[in-house]
Amino acid sequence: MLETLLPILIFSALGVAVIGAWRRVRLWRQGRPSAVPLLKGLAAMPRRYLVDLHHVVGRDKVMSNTHVATAGGFVAAAVLMTLVHGLGLANPWLGGLLLLASATMFVGSLFVARRRRNPPARLSRGPWMRLPRSLMAFSLGVFAITLPAVGILPAGFGHWLLGLLLAAVVAWGLAEMVVGMTWGGPMKHAFAGALHLAFHRRPERFSTKAGGEGRSTGLKALDLEDPSAPLGVETPADFTWNQLLGFDACVQCGRCEAVCPAFAAGQPLNPKKLIQDMVVGMAGGSDAHYAGSPHPSQGLGGKPVGEHHGTPHGPIVAREGKALVDAETLWSCTTCRACVEECPMMIEHVDAIVDMRRFLTLERGETPNKAPEVLDNLIATDNPGGFAPGARMHWAADLDLPLIADLQQVDVLLWLGDGAFDMRNQRTLRALVKVLRAAGVDFAVLGNEERDSGDVARRLGDEATFQSLARRNIATLAQYRFQHIVTCDPHSFHVLGNEYGELGGHYRVYHHSTYIAELYESGRLAFRPWKGGSVTYHDPCYLGRYNGEYEAPRNVLRALGIQVSEMERSGFRSRCCGGGGGAPITDIPGKRRIPDMRMNDVEATGASLVAVGCPQCTAMLEGVVDAGAEVRDIAELVADALVARPAVGAFDATRRPQAEEVI
Amino acid sequence: MRPEQQGVEVAVLVSVGRHPITGRARRADQDARGLELALGLERQLPGSRVSLLHAGPRGEESEAALRGYLGMGLETLTLLEQAEGADAIPALAEHLAAAPPQLVITGARAERGEGSGLLPYALAERLGWPLVNGLAAVERVENGVATLLQALPRGQRRRLKVRLPAIVSVDGAAPVARQSAFGPARRAELEATPVAAEPDRELAQWQLAPARKRPKRLKVIKAASARDRFKAAAAKAEGGGGQVLADVTPAQGAEAILKLLREEGVLPR
Repeated sequence: MLETLLPILIFSALGVAVIGAWRRVRLWRQGRPSAVPLLKGLAAMPRRYLVDLHHVVGRDKVMSNTHVATAGGFVAAAVLMTLVHGLGLANPWLGGLLLLASATMFVGSLFVARRRRNPPARLSRGPWMRLPRSLMAFSLGVFAITLPAVGILPAGFGHWLLGLLLAAVVAWGLAEMVVGMTWGGPMKHAFAGALHLAFHRRPERFSTKAGGEGRSTGLKALDLEDPSAPLGVETPADFTWNQLLGFDACVQCGRCEAVCPAFAAGQPLNPKKLIQDMVVGMAGGSDAHYAGSPHPSQGLGGKPVGEHHGTPHGPIVAREGKALVDAETLWSCTTCRACVEECPMMIEHVDAIVDMRRFLTLERGETPNKAPEVLDNLIATDNPGGFAPGARMHWAADLDLPLIADLQQVDVLLWLGDGAFDMRNQRTLRALVKVLRAAGVDFAVLGNEERDSGDVARRLGDEATFQSLARRNIATLAQYRFQHIVTCDPHSFHVLGNEYGELGGHYRVYHHSTYIAELYESGRLAFRPWKGGSVTYHDPCYLGRYNGEYEAPRNVLRALGIQVSEMERSGFRSRCCGGGGGAPITDIPGKRRIPDMRMNDVEATGASLVAVGCPQCTAMLEGVVDAGAEVRDIAELVADALVARPAVGAFDATRRPQAEEVI
Repeated sequence: MRPEQQGVEVAVLVSVGRHPITGRARRADQDARGLELALGLERQLPGSRVSLLHAGPRGEESEAALRGYLGMGLETLTLLEQAEGADAIPALAEHLAAAPPQLVITGARAERGEGSGLLPYALAERLGWPLVNGLAAVERVENGVATLLQALPRGQRRRLKVRLPAIVSVDGAAPVARQSAFGPARRAELEATPVAAEPDRELAQWQLAPARKRPKRLKVIKAASARDRFKAAAAKAEGGGGQVLADVTPAQGAEAILKLLREEGVLPR
């Protein structure tokens, strides 16, 4: 009886799944067009899955092995089952392999079940809680029906009732594992995730066989030339189709939620919930079925889950009342990319948030709090503080800094950033100048010709102001000749290096920590040994996660004789200082402040000093009241430790003054 | 019975502003506040219509500045196109008289050009309409009478009833202008109509020079205690001299003003 029932079950499940797949694809296709190489993407998918995705999943070894056993066992079992039971190829070899596969899957599902017994808060519950049982049903059912096929049990073993029972178990397994994959159960992640990997909007972020590291963090430019091109994302259908596909791939593992600084601070943002809201919007409905932790402000006099709703062509943020998400959710993000870094499904949360912010800023003019003032300042004075552009070099009045306009050609263009107007960052800049002079670097500054890089305008969604600033900066830079740009601001570093390219500006940009590390390695700097207390290092998001530079700052600190006592969250897991993405400007209230939490991390190491490499981080961390650790930029530590370096030729000592005390 | 609140026709006169630090063209702060007031009125009185009016030359810089107003949520702006240096007052008066709105809102003082702050007065004189300056809010419009809140120095407010049509001017006491959004600003249209240019002969004879910062008169505080210092800091700035003229003829009043101006050196003796 099973011999007749099984092929029917298997092929009807596959048939229903195909219908579901078609419906799901139609949901994604509501999005805007986005050109991706389809066949090339499909061909690259296995590598992206096995290398890049597992690189992220592998950070949790137990879950990684569990997933290998469960998913690997399932894929093998599903294929073999179709051959053995569907097409009736009762080959004992195939049957044996099928037994092995289903047994592996069963072992995996035991671990899944263990995980689900007392799940951490970041995991979604709801339908996900039944998944271990469904996995077991599938693996056990397939195992049992295969026993007669390989001759371990005689055909026709047992009562017909037992056969019927087995068929029911297999049907349950098939319903969850095959039908649910395309009709929206927990297994949807496998179907959508595989296609998401293939058709990812940022194919550059994946590693290649040639050994490329794969990094793609620059925001994509809006087309402002075409007046009919949309400005940002108003409705779920305004995302590109592969962004929608990406949202659908979410497994609700909550790793993003666990690392999100805004979530931890009690601000109204949970990256996982946000992605689920986009899925709700894409399909139409309300978030009542969301089974994860809501964002912190929900349920605390805020809005409970189930009050937000949306449609594919309805607004995401309502002008009045509620729609899919509240504007505060979007403005809570610091664009630190911790969620993107942790996401095993390679979902691009920050892109989506900035897309939605673009609409709010460019179409509605609803950038909150101080942001309109900052944007107006950027438009009128080319700096966010509204300072006179002619005052940009006042901090260096006594330094006699060479202007590139006078020299026309130098090795290094020192990009000052808007920190030039900030008295705290001016100390860092002076230290950096001292270091560059000590190393005999041929450098110059743009002086008053420099403008804001456009970072803040872009993260606040004002793409028009960003592009205006960027184009004028590119035109200025095009007048001069230099080998590379050095800056002490990771935000400028990122924008100049990764985002100006799309607008026609291609530069080799160094963060000052990288450049100082290179200077030290080439013997152009010498330091006296470190005599201070213990030191920890805070990775700026825009240097670390955005640009993969974790080592150079640590190398510099090592060269200074400092042993860094690392924070629990450092390197790619570094916690944001709260200063990115215009978050200090939009200033969405939470229960705690992000820099306070980061300073607690610092204090937990027992360090008396935290080394930083970013003006924003300096400002945010120094703003912490009653902090136990001092905040110093790497450039300041280096400048303090400088000693006369061993004789080095090959630099023109007469051209400008030797190292001089500037602090 | 509650008197009926009807929508009103509001015309907002806007100028090309000038950023105080960089001198770049922008939406003028006071005019933008005027528009904000008008948009608030539109919300408060359904059926109201807000139109934007500017008289001046059309250029790339001025167009970008004017679009700054449109980005606050309007679809069109009527541009009375004139040559550089032409007098805006006759053109505006003619346009307003041809299709009179009920309320004309304007900033108290332009950020470039003469910036004398006389435009609302000159317009009111030409049109024969009442003028209220320093407007803080429009409270009600009923049966052709508007109840206005006028801002006085030191946070005081005065409630006024004015028969429409009227001209009101706003300064820093009016609500802060909303953000100007790029998309609506780009889409909106400038409806340009060339008007006969009446050259501003007086302006042509002027010599323009960058303004000097005026020296501030220091307040000398002789206070012994914290309480005295606080009182001095919070006290009204009081001129020492001065005289109150009551029940005088206009000629006597004018004579007194002229005498003061001569004494202060504003007018030649």
